[in-house]
Amino acid sequence: MVTGTTVARRARWLNPTRKSADPRMPLALVVLSVAVVAGLMLPLAFLVLQAAQAGGGQLSQLLLRQLTLTLLLNTVKLVVVVTAACAVIGTAAAWATERTSLPGRRVLATLLVLPVAVPDFVIAWGWVSLFPSLSGLPGAALVLTLGLYPLVYLPVAASFRRADTAQEYVARSLGKGPWSTFMSVTLPQARLAVTGGCLLVALYLLAEYGAFSVLRYQTFTTEIFAEFQQGFDAPAAAALSLVVVALGVVVLVAEVAATRPGRTVLGRPRPQAGVRVGLGRATAPVVAALGALVVLAVGVPAAMIVYWAGSGQRTTLPAAQSLAGAAWHTALYSASAAAVATVAALPVAVLAVRYRRAPVVVMERAALLVEALPGLVVALALVYFAARYAPLAYQSGPLLVMAYAIMFFPLALVAVRASMARVPAELEMVGRSLGRRPLSVVLRVTLPLVMPGLLASFLLVFMTAATELPATLVLVPTGVQTLATQFWAYTGDFSYRAAAPFAAAMLVVAVVPSYLLGRWFDRLPSGAVGR
Amino acid sequence: MDRQLRWWPRAGVSGVALLLAGLVLGACGGGAAVRSGGGTSGGAGVTITLYNGQHPQTTATLVAAFEKQTGVQVRERDGDEDVLAQQIVQEGSNSPADVYYSENSPDLQFLASKGDLAKLGPAVLGKVPSRYSSPQGMWVGVTARVSGIVYNTRLVRPSQIPRSVMELASPAWAGKLGLAPSETDFQPVITSVERTYGHAAALSWLEGLKRNAGNHVYPDNETLVAEVNSGQVALGIVDHYYWYRLAYELGGAAHMHSRFTTFAPRNAGYVLDVSGAGVLRTSRHQAAARRFVAFLVSKQGQEIIARSQSYEYPLGSGVKTSQPIPAFSSLEPVPLSIAELGSGSGALALLHQAQLL
Repeated sequence: MVTGTTVARRARWLNPTRKSADPRMPLALVVLSVAVVAGLMLPLAFLVLQAAQAGGGQLSQLLLRQLTLTLLLNTVKLVVVVTAACAVIGTAAAWATERTSLPGRRVLATLLVLPVAVPDFVIAWGWVSLFPSLSGLPGAALVLTLGLYPLVYLPVAASFRRADTAQEYVARSLGKGPWSTFMSVTLPQARLAVTGGCLLVALYLLAEYGAFSVLRYQTFTTEIFAEFQQGFDAPAAAALSLVVVALGVVVLVAEVAATRPGRTVLGRPRPQAGVRVGLGRATAPVVAALGALVVLAVGVPAAMIVYWAGSGQRTTLPAAQSLAGAAWHTALYSASAAAVATVAALPVAVLAVRYRRAPVVVMERAALLVEALPGLVVALALVYFAARYAPLAYQSGPLLVMAYAIMFFPLALVAVRASMARVPAELEMVGRSLGRRPLSVVLRVTLPLVMPGLLASFLLVFMTAATELPATLVLVPTGVQTLATQFWAYTGDFSYRAAAPFAAAMLVVAVVPSYLLGRWFDRLPSGAVGR
Repeated sequence: MDRQLRWWPRAGVSGVALLLAGLVLGACGGGAAVRSGGGTSGGAGVTITLYNGQHPQTTATLVAAFEKQTGVQVRERDGDEDVLAQQIVQEGSNSPADVYYSENSPDLQFLASKGDLAKLGPAVLGKVPSRYSSPQGMWVGVTARVSGIVYNTRLVRPSQIPRSVMELASPAWAGKLGLAPSETDFQPVITSVERTYGHAAALSWLEGLKRNAGNHVYPDNETLVAEVNSGQVALGIVDHYYWYRLAYELGGAAHMHSRFTTFAPRNAGYVLDVSGAGVLRTSRHQAAARRFVAFLVSKQGQEIIARSQSYEYPLGSGVKTSQPIPAFSSLEPVPLSIAELGSGSGALALLHQAQLL
């Protein structure tokens, strides 16, 4: 049966570099995207304002020394090692849970994303407590790979979920083996998700502080925090942050090279329930490998929390009421931020996928750059602007939500973009040709198709925001406690026993949505989307 | 097929819209509820905001007692003292803070130098010996702590403990010394060494510490004390109360594998550092804010601190504490004034030069 869309797909296959047919960018889309990206640029504007106050002599004294080179090397080595490891682990895990006959994959899929919901310093603490000598590059690389691979796993899994299995059938029927099929058909379909995930990992590493401070690994960001702490020197800290921004630009340019337009293979989504690669005799080793990954990434910090809960003697446990209150605020702020970031990412993702031109690419890259900024920098930028221009909003819930949405917007954008890229423009054009208005086409065709990406985006932002600490301490409404701030208050006082329930609550808050969303995906009728 | 397509967007979009509306309303409500206050007198019904860089639990006890006594409500905001100070500077004239309470004097000196603090009255300053408060009367000292050595009793014998902080830079301590160079508590020690021995000697001393510490560089003193106690590293420079707090948490000195001791009298490593509080120049509740600071150094406030698990020395109203073993009057720290400790910029330059930061 040769339908119109099949023909259209063939045309795309034959001429993959063909640009989208509609050359005119819708004005509303451009205005929305520009507004979103302008908001994301606030922290950068703050950095430039601050750095301008630093004297040239002071800057050259700070930057032109041996330590700068050490920090630069430390940062680059770590970014390369961890990003590569996360790419392999995240993609392999996503393939196993989404495309194979893996038993217990729903439970595994829930557990596999959990490390994102464990604060980085808790993971690091767990490992350092087990292996006190763990430090430096090997320690930092191990701990951060275990904490960050979900940033690759989630978008790739969302992408595999909507992959066109018919193409794999074709490949297999033409005599290709499973490995060759994976490399030449399955992987290219998830290419944007893989590179996008890697991009998130690399940028996240640039801004990471908590784990490095525990693992005693010096990067530019640990240096920036020290500058704020010891020197109260905002101009110097801002100048160092601009170095991190420059490194972020390098990472972003590298990713552009890896995702040249036309390299993305678009296929009409044709998910078919039950079409999964039989693992056969490989089942046991694959289950064992994923189980080991979960034990290392979640089991170690969880054991640490249990150990803390039993440690100490004097500290009275916190009242259940304070735990419930903190959990409620954490869930409220994080879910709001996840919703705001996901909605804001939609226009930018549509623009970036459908109208990929130089100005759009620059805008999209700028939006991603914010991920490389340390949380404290974003928070102080919002303090600066809000206290001056919106004093009533300062230290209010919505401002904290905005801070989270800004900091974690790149997570949302990558997840939504990867899904968006898998929506064939032809389907939208068919909708338009049937007389539907553009908005109606977006709501009835595009939105249902990118729903997995929107949900992955929501989850990623929600879980990451729920564990955020430096910006939360600065921006949370006075008197309100979240799980992270309570955890911080107790650990700063050796009260690890009182802190343990708050760390455990972070995990619980994250488990529920990730499990429910997984179930929801599974229950979807196979033809509900994209037929 | 068509029905499914219809069902999807409607249910999905309206669901998302509902969720969003609920979340935004919820978040707004949370913010609006705490943003109240008003009234200009210093009495009941006024709400002041406290930026607290001190031990949250003890401060919460102080706040509760103050609220009960005066009827003034206090909204307490906890954070790292240095981030809070930075936050006040960035907030500028719209800072919601009325009172700033910090762990160390350099942060207060920094804010005073920026003109962000209001001068306190003699009634408040008179409660505390003047050498422990701002020389210009911009903030008042509330508690004190002393720096010294925490050592693991299985790894080091008391007789081996150096009497001078300078000895810790000698190769004899290579691999045995732990260091938390980014702690604000470490700054006064560096400033003291620089004041006593000069810049060049202080720099080579810091470089020696860095060499000896090797991998044992920790993010904070809590970690350093815990690592010494568990035997990961033999000794480190910390303020006394970290050891007392850990001992309390672990069930008393009998459960500890470490001890705290000071350096020789008037040694450069034996520094008395002051924690204090000040009123923000931009505070719109000056009277109530001053009442709170006065309460901190009052007999009642100082006794709350003396009984708390902060294990710091109360400075005001003649209140004494039993817990840190050496009595406050028996301490013999290096003679160094608050003004000489400054805002720590010299210490920072040294840390940069030694590449510890």
